[in-house]
Amino acid sequence: MHGFANPARFLRLANWLTPLLLVSGIVVTVGALLWGFTSAPPDRLMGDSVKILFIHLPVAWLGMGGWTAIAIASLVELVWRHPLASIAARAAAVPGAVFAFLCLATGSIWGRPTWGTWWVWDGRLTSMLVLLFLYLGYIALSSALAREGSSSRIAAIFGLVGAINIPIINRSVVWWNSLHQPPSLTMGNSAIDPVYLYPLLTAVLGFSLLFGAVVLMRMRTILADMQAEARLRRKAMQAAEGI
Amino acid sequence: MRETFDMMDFVWAAYAVTIVSTVALLGWSWLAMRRAEAKREETRGK
Repeated sequence: MHGFANPARFLRLANWLTPLLLVSGIVVTVGALLWGFTSAPPDRLMGDSVKILFIHLPVAWLGMGGWTAIAIASLVELVWRHPLASIAARAAAVPGAVFAFLCLATGSIWGRPTWGTWWVWDGRLTSMLVLLFLYLGYIALSSALAREGSSSRIAAIFGLVGAINIPIINRSVVWWNSLHQPPSLTMGNSAIDPVYLYPLLTAVLGFSLLFGAVVLMRMRTILADMQAEARLRRKAMQAAEGI
Repeated sequence: MRETFDMMDFVWAAYAVTIVSTVALLGWSWLAMRRAEAKREETRGK
């Protein structure tokens, strides 16, 4: 893991991995959505609105996956002091927030025709909304710390503490009464018919590739900004010493 | 009174929100990366 502590080595890897993830992500996602959209029959209860499953579930998983990545990177930063860990955590925050927002938006749109309401303050929806607010808080905190050149350890602690919300989201439909259905997919078990399941899993793969591409692009952006700033500061100091 | 919905209107709306947001996220990330890397190269030459 510490092999990639050197930013130059990481950038060499990221330079070819970014377009690979981006192009494969676009191809797989578009293919999966077209597959699901054209092949999935209307559901007995939900009718055609079942097609929202192919976008709602991948973005929901990645909304939670983004914070899991932040928590793991935060742990790596605090325990092993890996120099790229805080950059990886910051890079995962924006796509995680976008996918958490999309989970709430597509869920709300799906809820109106199937539940008869846009929103209900139950455990699943409320804990997902809390996750979105956690993302916004994390982005604000980590950006402020980076701007002031302060240590990112406070953001890492925030990232670890916020992870308590992930199992709450996951178990909310089991612990509390909810309009939201119980988990349809668990480890090695599926209540979803294969006609929906295969395009769904392909869409999860496609969105995951896109998520990875965005994280790499954000990491390259943060690294390039830091390197440019360090060079400008060094040159300003050299110029000041020259005077 | 029972409400009737055209389910496909909701499907189109959900797909539109997701596709527009994802494309915007990808485009913004790509442009920000290119801008930052161009700025880094500029500072190297100075």
